[in-house]
Amino acid sequence: MESRVTDRKSSVFSNVDWFTVILYVILVIAGAVSIYAATYDFDKASIFDFSEFSGKQIRWIGFSFVIAFIILLLDYRLYEAYAYPIYGVVILVLIATVFLSPNIHGSHSWLVFGPVSLQPAEFGKFATALALAKLFDSYNFSLNAKPSNYFRALIIILLPICIILCQKETGSALVYLALIFVLYREGMSGFVLSAIFLSVLYFVIAVKFMNPFLWGLSLGEFCVLSIISVIYCLLLIFYCKDFIIARNVTLGFLSSGLIALLLTVLDIEINGLLFFMIILGAAIVYTAIAMLKYRLKKFLISIGFVLLSVGFLFSVNYVFDKVLQPHQQTRIMVLLGIEEDLRGVGYNVNQSKIAIGSGGLTGKGFLNGTQTKLKYVPEQHTDFIFCTIGEEQGFLGSALVLTAFLVLILRLIHIAERQKDAFSRVYSYCVVSLLIFHICINVGMVIGLCPVIGIPLPFFSYGGSSLWGFTILLFIMLRLDAERKIKNI
Amino acid sequence: MRKNYRLAKRKYVIGGILCLVVIIYLIRLFNLQVSDDTYKLNAESNAFFKKTVYPARGLIYDREGRLLVFNQPAYDIMLIPKDVRDFDTVAFCSLLNLTKEQLEEKWADMKNPRKNPGYSSYTPQKLISHLSFEDYGRLQEKLYMFPGFYIQTRTIRQYNYENGANILGNIREVSADDVKRDSYYRSGDYTGDLGVEKSYEEVLRGKKGMEILMRDALGRIKGKYEEGIHDIAPESGSNLTLSIDMELQKYGEELMQNKLGAIVAIEPSTGEILALVTAPNYDPSLLVGKERGNNYAALVADPLKPLYDRSIQGRYPPGSTFKPSQGLIFLQENIITENTVFPCYHGYVNGLRVGCHGHGSPLPLKPALQTSCNAYFCWGFKNMIDKRGTKSYDQLEKWKNYLVEMGYGYKLGVDLPHENRGFIPNSDYYSKSFRGPRWSANSIISVSIGQGEVLATPLQIANLCATIANRGYFYTPHVVKEITDTVIGEEFKTKRTPSIDKKYYDIVAEGMRMAVTGGTCRLAALPDIEVCGKTGTAQNPHGKDHSVFMGFAPYHDPKIAVAVYVENAGFGATYGVPIGSLIMEKYLKGEIAADRKGLESRMLNSNTIINSGVKSH
Repeated sequence: MESRVTDRKSSVFSNVDWFTVILYVILVIAGAVSIYAATYDFDKASIFDFSEFSGKQIRWIGFSFVIAFIILLLDYRLYEAYAYPIYGVVILVLIATVFLSPNIHGSHSWLVFGPVSLQPAEFGKFATALALAKLFDSYNFSLNAKPSNYFRALIIILLPICIILCQKETGSALVYLALIFVLYREGMSGFVLSAIFLSVLYFVIAVKFMNPFLWGLSLGEFCVLSIISVIYCLLLIFYCKDFIIARNVTLGFLSSGLIALLLTVLDIEINGLLFFMIILGAAIVYTAIAMLKYRLKKFLISIGFVLLSVGFLFSVNYVFDKVLQPHQQTRIMVLLGIEEDLRGVGYNVNQSKIAIGSGGLTGKGFLNGTQTKLKYVPEQHTDFIFCTIGEEQGFLGSALVLTAFLVLILRLIHIAERQKDAFSRVYSYCVVSLLIFHICINVGMVIGLCPVIGIPLPFFSYGGSSLWGFTILLFIMLRLDAERKIKNI
Repeated sequence: MRKNYRLAKRKYVIGGILCLVVIIYLIRLFNLQVSDDTYKLNAESNAFFKKTVYPARGLIYDREGRLLVFNQPAYDIMLIPKDVRDFDTVAFCSLLNLTKEQLEEKWADMKNPRKNPGYSSYTPQKLISHLSFEDYGRLQEKLYMFPGFYIQTRTIRQYNYENGANILGNIREVSADDVKRDSYYRSGDYTGDLGVEKSYEEVLRGKKGMEILMRDALGRIKGKYEEGIHDIAPESGSNLTLSIDMELQKYGEELMQNKLGAIVAIEPSTGEILALVTAPNYDPSLLVGKERGNNYAALVADPLKPLYDRSIQGRYPPGSTFKPSQGLIFLQENIITENTVFPCYHGYVNGLRVGCHGHGSPLPLKPALQTSCNAYFCWGFKNMIDKRGTKSYDQLEKWKNYLVEMGYGYKLGVDLPHENRGFIPNSDYYSKSFRGPRWSANSIISVSIGQGEVLATPLQIANLCATIANRGYFYTPHVVKEITDTVIGEEFKTKRTPSIDKKYYDIVAEGMRMAVTGGTCRLAALPDIEVCGKTGTAQNPHGKDHSVFMGFAPYHDPKIAVAVYVENAGFGATYGVPIGSLIMEKYLKGEIAADRKGLESRMLNSNTIINSGVKSH
């Protein structure tokens, strides 16, 4: 008995994915160093001073290592067995938080225990991932088997989102949407993913470029309609695989476009909307006649794509102009970086771009950043920590950090794919998706490519809840992975 | 479980998307950091020194175009701690006539995180504020000796009048909370405190500008960077034109000297406040410059509370000035008509007794207003609240809603900070205090004559008067008439109309006219101006009755509506009426008629503070 336990322990530590563990340790230490740099002040004390952010972060890191160690020691079957209870408890805590939390800058997401404040939303992530994994692991479960399976998966994802929205933490709530990636991996149609991606793309383009451009169309409308035409051609080539029709349609688009341009040069007014309606309509009718006899389904999907896209574009314009109130329009425009709001949201992004931009190729050197020190960048040690790296370590440093994250996630995808059971695989993909979302949105926000959604950069941003949340998330995955070979035997 | 290889391929899609995003981000980073210099130019470096240029704060004028508030320069010694090297403290102290200990104390204060929470050795810190002009001149010449130091020019306020401190307000240094709340402020900036300085802070303050200066390795300023093309010019704040007539305000403050209370004068047709007097008052210049802190502490400690603006913050029983509103409500609710009469046996006698004074009985509404008959309004209130076939609960709610429409019970929304909402009880309030719905009109009869639970600010009383003067509507009272380059809030240009018919106002206005021609406020009568008025004598638990008056003039086409509230001054006719009529006369005629000079000097020279029970030192 005694020896079996030690066996198991030693096997866990020999089978755990040390590559990931080391990368994790490097990232959290780099994080603490960045926090030290971000909050460094001339006369302030050492990195280990517990009254400073960096000192506190080091204490959080110490606890994280303990948590990681405990997770690795525990039996892997615990996570599977208690997945739903854990999820239930966390949901209850999230609900309780709405009522118990003090109002901190308008958000009700913190539980305060004496000197320690925790944000339960960070711990909701691993619980939700466990529950989702458990659902997919149930006997003979397949996402596409019946619609109610989608429903169950979506309930698991949407429940924490709704509660966290009640806590007024929009950013943390949006994070859970990343789990759509998991559904995709487990069989959700690629069309859904493309549709989500294209809707976001259309919306951003249509709203961001509202200035008039050509033929009475705004730049945004023009771009979206052109994108629709191009994608239609691509669908004909790669999806319907009818090269002749594809060639004719493409040539038709190009020639009518050229003619329209020529007419514009000759000062003849063209109604752009009508123009696109005619060429797209003509293309649809043409393909319809040519393909009616065969490949009906693919043909219908392609046509459906065009109709839905155009419909979506019009409804975006309608909703934005007619339904939304002016202040809501402004809010969206500021988020998309169209309207400069240098005092509010825009201020942070502008200052953070200045800080990063001033870093240059090699940066100003450790502790030599002035922008962050001068407190120009708000939230410099939490959500905007990437700024400090950009300013002090320059392009090379920030590229290195981004690459490290890329390597970590690719490694995690690799680990996820080598899992033998659905539970471990789905859980691992949850981890992958959440990390992808956090990193893309956080870095995108700091460099001014994404709207400002206040979510932390994993392992880097200051804060115990976030660090512990990600540590638990990652190490449960590694614990499950460590069992892979043993289970095989 | 069988592995689904078709789905396993999707890892390439997910990984691919991630790689794509990372590549886009790397390109963006490369653009920001390596190929584009605009951000580097923006950035701070040791060679550049960004000096804030403070905009001139907006000026304040009165309605006649008289300049009330303007700016004077003030000089502060600033420094950036990390740039400060060892310097000759003896020379520094002798330049500024400081002792070494004083300098050390100021230095310690600057670094003390409790006194200066924004302290950082990288950002500009204020060492000494409000330098005299001579010290400024001497230090400016020798500034090269002290790298890291510089002089920041700011503006502080200067006043042409000693009056209207409650309206004008003043400016103070920002607190740590202000800095946290609004990213515009840096430690050491000024912000408006009280009055329009506070409520119009954002239009008055303008926008800060910035000069980019170059420094050498020793921290010495070497002139402007690229001839100042990157500098941002400050934008001056907008000027305010108040609706206040400062001469009228001054006259009002003189009339109220040695008294406690308030005068509010409103132009009924626009809602513009002509005078807003609170007594006692103070000279706004006290809160400027070096002595501000001491003076402020003295004002706070004063038992007569000069910082408390009685005109908009005082909660007083309106007394009989409340009766016109009651008449309007009873008429609108068909409880009475113009000709309904009620008996008065030297008071309202119906199980309990509310006293009254000698006049004819029974009498209809107009004479009731003329003689300020308590019994009449008690009967009207009883008939409304205990109306057969209705519940007292619903009837009182109706009564309250009319009063709320007339501006009572909630903040009127004047454009000054700290307005009080007064108090109008609702049915739930009584159901709670009587522990159940066992109350009737008689239990709460005193509210009908403006006593009991009812409380109003002088502004609300004046506003009722303006509503009657307008025969049925009012504009939210406001003190700012115009703002340069922008417009005043829409809320001050929107008519607010209580749901009472215009014809009823004519009846009430006539009653108020009769009070002046042959009733309680005969002293308010002015030669060749038809004045309407209503006195009030408000009982209060703190001592002698308060003397209250509200009135408007002329009767047709009113130009001014006034409310006067004098604490512990006895009958309304003794102080309220004369002061109110003098204000109206001063505004409408520009001067006081010769035969009323005696009245004027009696008001100017009387003292009612002695009745208040507050011990002044």
